[in-house]
Amino acid sequence: MATSNTAQHDDHAHDHKPTGFMQRWVLTTNHKDIGTLYLVFSLVMFLIGGAMALVIRAELFQPGLQLVAPEFFNQMTTMHALVMIFGAVMPAFVGLANWMVPLMVGAPDMALPRMNNWSFWIMPFAFVLLLLPLFLPGGGPAGGWTLYPPLSLQGGTNVAFTIFAIHLMGLSSIMGAINIIATILNMRAPGMDLLKMPIFVWTWLITAFLLIAVMPVLAGAVTMLLTDKFFGTAFFNAAGGGDPVMYQHIFWFFGHPEVYIMILPAFGIVSEIIPTFARKPLFGYQAMVYATASIAFLSFIVWAHHMFTVGMPLGGQLFFMYATMLIAVPTGVKVFNWVSTMWKGSISFETPMLFAIGFVIMFTIGGFSGLMLAIVPADFQYHDTYFVVAHFHYVLVTGSVFAIMAAVYYWLPKWTGHMYNETLGKWHFWLSTIFVNVLFFPQHFLGLAGMPRRIPDYNVAFADFNMLSSIGGFGFGLTQLLFVYIVWSCARGGVRAAAQSWEGARGLEWTVPSPAPHHTFATPPVIDNRVLAHGDVTH
Amino acid sequence: MLMKRVHWSQLGLGLAALLFSALAFANPERWQLNMTTGVTDTSAEVYQLHMITLWICVVIGVIVFGAMAVAMFKFRKSKGAKPATWSHNTTAEVIWTVIPVLILVAVAWPATKTMFRMEDSTDSEMTVKITGYQWMWRYEIVNYKGQPGGVNFVSRLERNSDATRQLGSGKRPQAVTDADGRNIYLLDVDKPLVLPTDTKIRFLITADDVIHSWWVPVFGWKQDAIPGFINENWTRINEPGVYRGQCAELCGKDHGFMPIVVKAVPASEFESWLAAEQAIRSEATQVAQIDSAPAAAAAAKL
Repeated sequence: MATSNTAQHDDHAHDHKPTGFMQRWVLTTNHKDIGTLYLVFSLVMFLIGGAMALVIRAELFQPGLQLVAPEFFNQMTTMHALVMIFGAVMPAFVGLANWMVPLMVGAPDMALPRMNNWSFWIMPFAFVLLLLPLFLPGGGPAGGWTLYPPLSLQGGTNVAFTIFAIHLMGLSSIMGAINIIATILNMRAPGMDLLKMPIFVWTWLITAFLLIAVMPVLAGAVTMLLTDKFFGTAFFNAAGGGDPVMYQHIFWFFGHPEVYIMILPAFGIVSEIIPTFARKPLFGYQAMVYATASIAFLSFIVWAHHMFTVGMPLGGQLFFMYATMLIAVPTGVKVFNWVSTMWKGSISFETPMLFAIGFVIMFTIGGFSGLMLAIVPADFQYHDTYFVVAHFHYVLVTGSVFAIMAAVYYWLPKWTGHMYNETLGKWHFWLSTIFVNVLFFPQHFLGLAGMPRRIPDYNVAFADFNMLSSIGGFGFGLTQLLFVYIVWSCARGGVRAAAQSWEGARGLEWTVPSPAPHHTFATPPVIDNRVLAHGDVTH
Repeated sequence: MLMKRVHWSQLGLGLAALLFSALAFANPERWQLNMTTGVTDTSAEVYQLHMITLWICVVIGVIVFGAMAVAMFKFRKSKGAKPATWSHNTTAEVIWTVIPVLILVAVAWPATKTMFRMEDSTDSEMTVKITGYQWMWRYEIVNYKGQPGGVNFVSRLERNSDATRQLGSGKRPQAVTDADGRNIYLLDVDKPLVLPTDTKIRFLITADDVIHSWWVPVFGWKQDAIPGFINENWTRINEPGVYRGQCAELCGKDHGFMPIVVKAVPASEFESWLAAEQAIRSEATQVAQIDSAPAAAAAAKL
């Protein structure tokens, strides 16, 4: 104990951490501190968005309106989605990239540290703008997170607030993406070839290109909404010669790659964690990279599968159906590779591994319903029902969110220098997994029985599964308070973590002490292929 | 206790429907687990496609999750498993790329055939125009067997449901039932759309304000109603009955409160309904003319 304390003291002596809140956090250009800011911000947004979800589930607990008016219910569904997508999931991945990409490629920091500071500090302002209308006369946006006109234009001043908030988030995302690409392409330590990079770095490199490609498209779409609303244009107004369906095409040209922006880094995380706890190299590393790139490419040519019911020509429907079905192939390759990585491994089940395995199983269930949704005639039935709600929550909650939690448990020892409480971590996993399935699985049945999404009240036939779903929702929501406690107590103290926190972990991040000193890799590390997960690239 | 027993029996019923697909529910049932085969040829085909894809997913799921389960039990560190060092196998990778492609082709083929059939709205015997409003539907019988229909009315949420659904109404949704005691809360309208069975009906679907979506699940499709667009779809109902649906595209605060009810009756019954509606309309027009006559005379004096 005494020796480790001395060692820690020495680390601090060389840390040059700025002192004072302003210097340390507001003016920071340090990738680790900015990563922490992103992750804390994301956790706060996760709780706010979760509270909104609980308002929704509380109202849907039984038929009849008991708690909120329909208009407020619509504000909750709209804001829940915007907060979770742009506030919780995306910033969490950017935070993980900030913390881990420089550590994984042996870089001293991000390539553009000052821009890094700016891209984080835009976010709080964006979300003040986004959330403020809830407290103003007229309330928040209530037209759904997709902001389809003409409905979204029926909002009042909240239209402007929402659009400016989206502009700011887009700026932040684009700057973050530029920074990640610049870091990965320019700052790798000598010997860290592209095909030796950890798979998490690869998935983020591809994700960053997706972000740069589509965030401006979203910005354009919402700017046209803004001018339609306030400056008398008629881009999407049929009465003025505009086209409301065109908005949907533009939106989903952003929206579908956006879906992959929220899942590709999750693939990367799981591809790091499974080999560590299976104590066996990732199966088919290069196939994983190519599959990720294929998925990213395909994500640009499938957007209209979100809008099969708008009345597209048959040829369009066929094209988008075939293209969508193709995505199942690279996604299947990934799932098979994860299973093969576990095959003949030496598996142990620490919390990160539990979340990673949970991810593989439940994300695959979400993938199955995704394949079903690709079949156009069946989609005519599923579209805009609770079946779709179940589908995207399986890929986003048990997919992206579970992967983020896996990553937090996996790298917490590196961030804090302490091991988290393993028993509580396992409780968190099992409670989350049980409740999340009680929450979302019955929604498949509701959708197939004919319950539309985004309704505040329903026929008595839908009552039983809705009540079950709400019970699951509250259970899942409350369980996340346990997660907050585990992370908080791990940051405060606990068993000291070794530099190599996990027996089977490979990669440069495990060669620096835990907690990672304020500055790492000031001189580039000498790459020893044996410490890399993918040092052997002969195959 | 009795309530609980009822629940489980209904769950059993739902399970039976899932497994044997023999029971066709026309309208949602408690504990319903699956889509129904519906009441049109299209809806039956859609149901088949849905089940084919579902079972393919189930089979793949059993294989993949089964392999994971075996790995998790057999290759545990706590059981002393030693890790292998291999990290690729080209044969396996080719196989699990090619086989999914073949499966996808096998699914895409029948789906494509169904899509061609669903697209073909030619040779319809009747045209109905549907217009979505916040928050009601307008139906117009444009023509029937080559004759102008001339019937046009608005259909909105029935009053009992509307009173019950108000925030803090104190009324029980369970109490909103039809004559047979079936719950019709939020699924009933003041004036249903009456349609003939065994007739190919073409729908022209549009909206006046925001986007809505017209959906009766037992017909097997939904179609967006978009201002400035006229979308086309069709159906041929095989069985008489009362079929309920809802607006399926978020359209504002009362999106959940603009149901659709179609009453399908044999063609002869439909024809007498149509004639009665036409008579009411022509009477109404005459009354309106008489009412406006003195006003017109007064205006002429000025």
